[in-house]
Amino acid sequence: MSENNPFPNENNSGHVWDDNLRELLNDPPTWWRIGFHASWILVIVYTILYPSWPMLTTHYKGVMGWTAMGEYKEDLQSIEMVRAKYEEQLPNKSAAAIMADDDLSNYVVKSAKVLFGDNCGACHGTGGAGNPGYPVLADDDWLYGGTVNEIITSITNGRKGVMTAHGKSLSTEEIDELANAVMSGNPASSPLYMSKACFACHGPDGKGMAALGSANLTDGIYRFDEADQLASIKYTIKHGVNDASDPMTRNAEMPIFGGTKLTETDIKKLAIYVHKLGGGQ
Amino acid sequence: MSEAPNSSENSSKHFDELYDEIDHWEVNTGEETIHAKRMPGRFRNLKWLAASVWLVFFIGPYFRWEGRQAITFDIMGRQFHIFDITILPQDVWMLSLILLFFAILLAAVTSIAGRVYCGYFCFQTVWTDLFTWIEEKLEGKPAARRRAEKLPLSQQRLPRKILKHIIWIMIGAFTGISFTLWFGDAFEMWKAYFNNDVTMWAWGSVIVFTSFTYLFAGFMREQVCLWLCPYARIQGVMVDVDSIMPTYDFHRGEPRGRLKKGKHDADKGDCIECNQCYAVCPTGVDIRNGQQEGCITCGLCIDACDSVMDKINKPRGLVKYMSLDELNGKEQPPIYKRPRPLIYMSIMTLAAIGILYGLTHLGALELSVLHERSPLFVLQSDGSIQNKYELKILNKTHKDMKIGVRAEGHQSLTLVGADREIIAQPADTASFTVFVRIPKKELAGERESLSFKIYNLEDDKISAEYKSMFFGPRIR
Ligand code: SF4
Ligand code: SF4
Repeated sequence: MSENNPFPNENNSGHVWDDNLRELLNDPPTWWRIGFHASWILVIVYTILYPSWPMLTTHYKGVMGWTAMGEYKEDLQSIEMVRAKYEEQLPNKSAAAIMADDDLSNYVVKSAKVLFGDNCGACHGTGGAGNPGYPVLADDDWLYGGTVNEIITSITNGRKGVMTAHGKSLSTEEIDELANAVMSGNPASSPLYMSKACFACHGPDGKGMAALGSANLTDGIYRFDEADQLASIKYTIKHGVNDASDPMTRNAEMPIFGGTKLTETDIKKLAIYVHKLGGGQ
Repeated sequence: MSEAPNSSENSSKHFDELYDEIDHWEVNTGEETIHAKRMPGRFRNLKWLAASVWLVFFIGPYFRWEGRQAITFDIMGRQFHIFDITILPQDVWMLSLILLFFAILLAAVTSIAGRVYCGYFCFQTVWTDLFTWIEEKLEGKPAARRRAEKLPLSQQRLPRKILKHIIWIMIGAFTGISFTLWFGDAFEMWKAYFNNDVTMWAWGSVIVFTSFTYLFAGFMREQVCLWLCPYARIQGVMVDVDSIMPTYDFHRGEPRGRLKKGKHDADKGDCIECNQCYAVCPTGVDIRNGQQEGCITCGLCIDACDSVMDKINKPRGLVKYMSLDELNGKEQPPIYKRPRPLIYMSIMTLAAIGILYGLTHLGALELSVLHERSPLFVLQSDGSIQNKYELKILNKTHKDMKIGVRAEGHQSLTLVGADREIIAQPADTASFTVFVRIPKKELAGERESLSFKIYNLEDDKISAEYKSMFFGPRIR
């Protein structure tokens, strides 16, 4: 073909189509060649520096010793560094002292949010909204007291209050009367409240006693909150709470979180978090 | 030689002629350096005047206002100070309006008078102008420079050449440093530069600015306008037959012809083919070929041609600012009758109103309120319903502010948790939790509207308000 090249001395490849369409042997543009060489040099440099080539059982580690895990741990460490400033102060400070410090209690509330979600939210609901059968933590009605130290005790040791099942000792009419008195917000309005010794636990005015964990019967907030509240009260009076002698008794138990489950600092954080949900005293 | 058939040889000759025509580019693609002649004139003066606007860029950072830099873009502190006004990220919507305003301004100006920005204000033009001015001072007129270019390096006037490059680089560095001064305290930063005590970012910006100034204004020059600048690429859709731009009046100029023995041939047009318009063009454009993408509308060719016309006693304006319509003898509609500028200007007015509103309504305090969703509401032992709110308070002033909080919207609401001392730190958002209680029996519905007001305890004219909701149980 080259012997009848119609365009000699033109630096073409000798391929001619349609009489005059031919391929020239020009170099690619300089910028293109710079780009091309730069890219393969980059690949070599990169694969020397960073983990890259696969080998039979392992892989080439790269001279910089970089690993994704290492980077993650470094990030984690830098977060811990930020937290350390606060965390270091917590073990030696009382809950009250922490709450007096705006900065510190802000930190505690934020970091305890996760702890609460992991340990408490399942029963008490996010934000302490409560669930059927589990107390609301955002209100100011506390069975065992709502000071931060009382909350710490409740979390550390757990709670298991007892109310005797009165199904055997009271008639259905008596239970009805007592239940209605409780519903009205003034349990002492029924003479049965005194004569049947309800006051012994719930107090002469029906406001409950934090030492025993007995419920306040006057504030319209119910430990066992159900749609038909009257029926629910009757059930509680009849079968009691945690009364082993009655198989239909209500179960109400706050597990123990102290000891191996949570550290003292974590419990302190949680107590402050709960205290600040809206009802702390 | 080959013995190709005759027909093929003919046709290939024919095509080669076609290809040859392509060699005739009207735009220089960078293979030769353009050495534009410098000539005094009206537009030359205007160009210097317009370029001097850039002095603000260099002097601006040294202005003081109430003991600090008048205009600062504080990136680290995420705030922008311009005299008395502090703009925080929250106000950034104004920035988009400002950008809109200037984008449309550019479009409006282009539709009225073409690339005015390119010819007079653009940093590419201005810096290139400065660089070539220095070049001429050191290396002589264009003809001398062209001659020197062809000589081997050893025969050129090297000391001057080196001096030129040093001055170029210094201008570049000064440009870069001046740029960074807008982002901190100018005097402090100069000190820091001398002590090598500035951030990597600052050094990086200086290096980038220096090298790009040197490269763009020293070497690439008009090539930036021709191949890099996006504005140049879209100007075709922004101008129309009524946009006034430097134009060669070919009705008057053609057929062009050289002066013979200083005499003008009667049947020739006014253009004497002196090529001065081409010689002065900084982008190497021959305006006599008509309006074209290479032209940055600097008007220098008008100056050049006017001076020639003066010499041969012809009226000025063979090359002048005019629109295509005017050139073709049609009537030029006034600006207020052209839809394009009108639309642009109404958009600009809207944007300007928005910016003005924003600037006058910046406020010193800002409040936003998050209503706690979980639980939405809580029954308290005194029979009231409690809602929890997180108040986010932004203090836009430079001083600590003691904040008072009020809640309004229900006659028997109680605000709990707002009686302690609330201090908002400057240019920072602080969040505080408060509770609102309303007796259950006084709630009319499941939700009530509620508004929170915060105010500066020392000056209750500084205040902010936020509308929120109060939720209660379903009324049975
Ligand atoms: S043609 Fe004239 S107006 Fe356009 S860039 Fe050249 S000198 Fe400037
Ligand atoms: S400067 Fe004027 S007269 Fe000279 S070539 Fe250009 S248009 Fe023609």
